[in-house]
Amino acid sequence: MLHYMTAHELNAKIREREISAGEIVRSVADRIEKLEDRVGAYITITADRALEEALRVDDALARGGKLPPLAGIPTALKDNMCTENIRTTCGSGILHNFVPPYSARVYEKLVQAGCVLVGKTNMDEFAMGSSTENSSIKRTCNPWDSERVPGGSSGGSAAAVASGMAAFALGSDTGGSVRQPAALCGVVGMKPTYGRVSRYGLVAFASSLDQIGPFTRDVRDCALVLNHICGYDRYDSTSADVEVPDFMSGLERGIKGMRVGIPSEYFGKGIEEGVRERVTDAIGVLEGMGAVCDEVSLPHTDYALSAYYIISSAEASSNLARYDGIRYGYRAQDYSDLVDMFVKTRSEGFGEEVKRRIMLGTYALSSGYYDAYYKKAQKIRTLIKADFDRVFKDYDIIACPTSPTVAFRAGEKTDDPLQMYLSDVYTIPVNIAGLPALSVPCGFSQGLPVGLQFIGKPFAEHTLIRAAYAYERSTEFHKMHPQV
Amino acid sequence: MKYETVIGLEIHAELATDTKIFCSCTTQFGGDENTHCCPICLGLPGVLPVLNKRVVEYAVRAGLATNCTISGFSKLDRKNYFYPDLPKAYQISQYDLPLCKEGYLEIKGGFGSKKIGITRIHIEEDAGKLLHETGDGTTLVDYNRCGVPLIEIVSEPDLRSAEEARLYAEKIKAILEYTQVSDCRMQEGSLRFDVNLSVRSKGSNKLGTRTEMKNLNSFRALVNAIENETKRQIEVMESGGRVVQETRKWDDVTGVNISLRSKEEAHDYRYFPEPDLVPVVLEEEFIDRIRKELPELPDIRTERYISEWGLPGYDAGVITASLPMAAFFEECVKEYGGDPKTVSNWVMGELMRMLNEKGIEAQQIPFPAGHLAGLLKLVDRGTVSSSAAKKVFTEMFETGEEPGKLVDSLGLVQISDEQALTGIIKKVMEANPQSVEDYRGGATKALAFLVGRTMRETKGKANPALVNKILKQLLEG
Repeated sequence: MLHYMTAHELNAKIREREISAGEIVRSVADRIEKLEDRVGAYITITADRALEEALRVDDALARGGKLPPLAGIPTALKDNMCTENIRTTCGSGILHNFVPPYSARVYEKLVQAGCVLVGKTNMDEFAMGSSTENSSIKRTCNPWDSERVPGGSSGGSAAAVASGMAAFALGSDTGGSVRQPAALCGVVGMKPTYGRVSRYGLVAFASSLDQIGPFTRDVRDCALVLNHICGYDRYDSTSADVEVPDFMSGLERGIKGMRVGIPSEYFGKGIEEGVRERVTDAIGVLEGMGAVCDEVSLPHTDYALSAYYIISSAEASSNLARYDGIRYGYRAQDYSDLVDMFVKTRSEGFGEEVKRRIMLGTYALSSGYYDAYYKKAQKIRTLIKADFDRVFKDYDIIACPTSPTVAFRAGEKTDDPLQMYLSDVYTIPVNIAGLPALSVPCGFSQGLPVGLQFIGKPFAEHTLIRAAYAYERSTEFHKMHPQV
Repeated sequence: MKYETVIGLEIHAELATDTKIFCSCTTQFGGDENTHCCPICLGLPGVLPVLNKRVVEYAVRAGLATNCTISGFSKLDRKNYFYPDLPKAYQISQYDLPLCKEGYLEIKGGFGSKKIGITRIHIEEDAGKLLHETGDGTTLVDYNRCGVPLIEIVSEPDLRSAEEARLYAEKIKAILEYTQVSDCRMQEGSLRFDVNLSVRSKGSNKLGTRTEMKNLNSFRALVNAIENETKRQIEVMESGGRVVQETRKWDDVTGVNISLRSKEEAHDYRYFPEPDLVPVVLEEEFIDRIRKELPELPDIRTERYISEWGLPGYDAGVITASLPMAAFFEECVKEYGGDPKTVSNWVMGELMRMLNEKGIEAQQIPFPAGHLAGLLKLVDRGTVSSSAAKKVFTEMFETGEEPGKLVDSLGLVQISDEQALTGIIKKVMEANPQSVEDYRGGATKALAFLVGRTMRETKGKANPALVNKILKQLLEG
């Protein structure tokens, strides 16, 4: 099953000339052709280009040339990362025809590493959502149960990796949009520290929270991809000028003696029993490997969701104001004057959830309300950071569930935005504090995947990877694939 | 009732950096529409701004030159509003933590000298330009100016008249030119004024309701707009009405001042900290370095002209008010080598007159300073008379030619040949026997008449001093 091999396995096989890059990409292209109608992971498929590039890799190899590190690896990108001359829609009607004249920094880096792009994946419009149901383009199904959602907002990327339609994919995580769909689709998903990966070319949702991260089929691949997307970028002032370690090294050092905090607030009201059990089992596994696990408290967790919806919506209301129909994207057909054109373009071009958040954010920033909402939310942000700082004085990592539930049914929460928002209750505090976190499969409940979340200190992705790798090695969950 | 006008000015100046504030596009004026743009200044989805360090440097320089405190910690904010010339639908500016604050500068005029407070100076980006004259009713947008760096200099409401406002604005312009923060090309809109104005009864210390007039781009417009709006507000009050807080538009061509929008219709800009940029943190050494590199400022230069070169205070003030003018003047003094006052007389007289007549500024003087110096030397040497020199000067302005050549081509070489002059004077005396007699009879006034006749006879080319001497010899001899 070529299409379910990991990037590091494929990489080795290409180099040893066991399989050609062409064969690999063809197997993924076939897989996409076979499954896309059922899964709906992609907005734009670029398999033809990918095949041409793969043939070039094989050519180079035949001529004895030196291959870049990820040569020929079939890769998918969430459709909010700009790709030169390839449509980038953000899952929105307002950008349905937008073809960027430049590429996101992460895409440039992956191309440089030899990756071949097989497609741009489906997502909640402008990354606002937890089920990918807010896409204006199509629905994405959970590969484990087509009646259920893949999570969101990077649902297309998660579903593509889970169903063998890409070796790995990138998503963006503003409040859990990589980790939650990774958990719901049974793959590994990481949100690096804020500033670790350049946001240049990532269409902004909430600038102070957005971060790009990988979906992979195991932890080693997560480390491999991180090695190629992290690093300072002078075109992103918020990217961090800190050293990037080799995330592959020290993978196997184990977690004996590692101090793990278990936050009691993450096991309270709203968590499904099956999720609690699987995560508790996983903590037992960690202890069995010599980790020291203690209950800890993150007392301001309850306020995180409200603070998040104020900050992220405020920033979004400003970030999305540029879609006015003047320069690119959708423009209303009939309008009487300039203001009418703005109003109609935006009313017709944006979906319900996006409009809800623009209104929420606009209100929160309005004169007279700024202090009560935006400023207060920023204060809560400081308190939440302080919660984590306190725990990280005594603990190396935090372990907890990624999402309170397994994948829910399509349509189940679309009429109840607050219920939908609660899906991210365990992932949001991490974005607010700017920390790295990773979700790794930890079993099944009702036949659906459950995710275990590790949260780390700023720029300590390698510690998370080490812990997740040790855990993964002692389980078989990452080797299980859905019957699509 | 006696009224007092209270004015505060907001001055926008384009910085003279080579590149834009958040990308590396050129700031050059002109260029075909939308050719000085990139994905960043066009605000395409996904792009991020990176602050141009030079912009911070220039703004700090402006702050230091106007006695401001420089903030060690400041930040950028988003000012949100929809308009087609603003591609991100927000302008990156500074809200509550500007780069520079609490400065002042001094103005001098008929009222003596006065300190004008400067509330703050902050950095921000310019917007694009709408082009309405397309002929088919559509509007096009040119984004070349998008992201050109600006500073906004906000004064305290310390100004009390159009004259004070003009002097203050001229002083700001001079300082920005001296420090090379901005080239202040007013006709290209690189210096623009917003006026906040209210009127109150004299002696009151309560401020009246103010109106705002935006985007005035000449000193003349500034003065006219202030005088017009003062009159309007007084008329409103005297007719028992109340001044409404609003934005008004001054049209310099028609001299009409109309209401644009009231306070109720004012924008809520929803300022918030720009999350795509990090705060601006300045080290003391950085600020000190800029302080040390500050050039001589206009006030200091004025003092120097007065004390070292003996210029009258007024002349020194006028010449130093414009850096290109002061530079022209100094260059001329250097090349001339004579008394700087002679140069200043010409600059204040003939040069200013021609600039006014042509409606141009000092940087557009069509000949180098050396030409004026050369002309003054010709006068000193007696090659041309001062009245002929004025003709040469006017011609120099038209053609940019060297004065020596012009003197020749215009045939204005002064006649200093005693023999030749004696011949002409004898003829003049023969033609005017009455005057000769008058003089000899004690009416010395007649001498001036005879000098005049001689000058006319020589078409102004005679050396007047020599004519005087010879006439006296002939009349008395």
